[in-house]
Amino acid sequence: MFDPVQIKKDFPIFKRLINGKPIVYLDSTASSLKPQKVLDAINEYYTKYSVNIFRGVYKLSEEATAKYEQARAKIAKFIGASNPAEVVFTRSATEAINLVVYSWGRENIGRGSEIVSTLMEHHANFVPWQQLALSVGAFIKYIDFDENGQLDTSQLLKTISSKTKIVTLAFVSNVLGTINPIGDIIRQIKRKNPKVKILIDAAAAVPHMKLDVNKLGCDFLAFSGHKMLGPTGIGALWGKSGLLENMPPFNYGGEMIKQVSIEKTTFKVAPHKFEAGTPHIAGAIGLGAAVEYLDNLGMDKVRRHEIELTKYALSRLSNLSNLKIYGPKSADDRSGIISFNLDNVHSHDVAQVLDSDNICIRSGHHCAMPLHKRLNIAASARASFYIYNSKEDVDKLVGGLMKVAKIFKI
Amino acid sequence: MDSIYRENILDHYKNPRNFGRLDRFDVTAEEYNPFCGDRIGMDIKWKMENGKWKIKEINFYGEGCAISMASASMLTENVKGKNLNDIKKLGTPDILKILGIDLTPTRLKCALLPLEVLHKTLALAK
Repeated sequence: MFDPVQIKKDFPIFKRLINGKPIVYLDSTASSLKPQKVLDAINEYYTKYSVNIFRGVYKLSEEATAKYEQARAKIAKFIGASNPAEVVFTRSATEAINLVVYSWGRENIGRGSEIVSTLMEHHANFVPWQQLALSVGAFIKYIDFDENGQLDTSQLLKTISSKTKIVTLAFVSNVLGTINPIGDIIRQIKRKNPKVKILIDAAAAVPHMKLDVNKLGCDFLAFSGHKMLGPTGIGALWGKSGLLENMPPFNYGGEMIKQVSIEKTTFKVAPHKFEAGTPHIAGAIGLGAAVEYLDNLGMDKVRRHEIELTKYALSRLSNLSNLKIYGPKSADDRSGIISFNLDNVHSHDVAQVLDSDNICIRSGHHCAMPLHKRLNIAASARASFYIYNSKEDVDKLVGGLMKVAKIFKI
Repeated sequence: MDSIYRENILDHYKNPRNFGRLDRFDVTAEEYNPFCGDRIGMDIKWKMENGKWKIKEINFYGEGCAISMASASMLTENVKGKNLNDIKKLGTPDILKILGIDLTPTRLKCALLPLEVLHKTLALAK
């Protein structure tokens, strides 16, 4: 069975003691820790075949190219994509979304166009669309959510009109933990207006649950490597082949060209059309290794472990008076993300006190200012779980919160 | 516990001095720390004394973490009756001395927010 204690052994960072105490890491939604296998894959690239891809005739280059494209294929399979060419390597989910905004957005969204999004979006899926809309004279309609953190899907459908070009929303809210019923939502949207495109910000979903882009029916999906045991600086955009083919390049330069002359340049097809310059080769290979590690664990088991842990955490936290938890009440409706506030204690101070026992949680607005404004709070504290967290970690969190209550006498 | 949450910090957080808006003031300013959502504002009344402008009354308002609120409370206590030129010279080391604790760069921003507001009011007063 899933044993986080054994899993912790795969992660060298846990060997580290700070002030003689172990690390209790509850901030995987910000970034996940790295297993030795991923570190080995990255190091192997830099040690054994750290050359550029696509260009060389020599064996080392062929080796690097093969490993890079194998990583792409692994990642494509992981998200249920039928063709690796539908996976574009980017720096992150943020860059993936910006790619769509610049490349697809600038071609298809103009004055009077409508974009539908939500109030729970991460800035990565909020700011790029906002800036596009401001610059071309388009409008964004934001869908609200209720006290249980659930999106108002009927409002969303009502908002879809003939002017709607794209609906862009999070699969999982990085603050509320809400898992939006994306498959259902997409089916209903496409029934109402089949021309509407749909982009899913899956940064908080792909690391934690099995998903299939074809079953979901979305047009674009973005996620980040560093949130799923991979290195920083690598992420991916999945796009339906038909779409990517018709989109202009995002960045221009080497590797994405077919022919360059003084008068003009012709471009490669997707995905390479969107991968200008030397990519983060080690990053892609590292992400491939991360996908393998997760595959070996089994994403169903990963999800079940998180549900169990979240159930336990919600129940223990509910015994603390003066604690307000945001988002869905049931662990089945949410991922392993719990944002909360202690009455009369700022989340910063909560995080600081927890830090004295090496308990790492996040505090602030979690790159979701409009969401916090909607909740009418300045900031929140957030604990998030992943495969290496155990019930003991939850107990330590609760103990830490009781310490905060004692210090601040609440 | 070696902590920044000493008694004086918590006291100033729970019982802030000079808290609440002034009915009448000569100048007011506000600053916001988007990193954590701290928002501090200050209302100031000046007086002329011995040819120098001094702070007659100073209050602060807003909401924030224990560090920013305690810092605002202690700072307003510290600068009452001080003259403009001395206040202009206040910097990070002075705040740290007033608070009496060590701070990480992240939390230092919280502690300095009230000073930023104070300097903003001085700039406006000119």
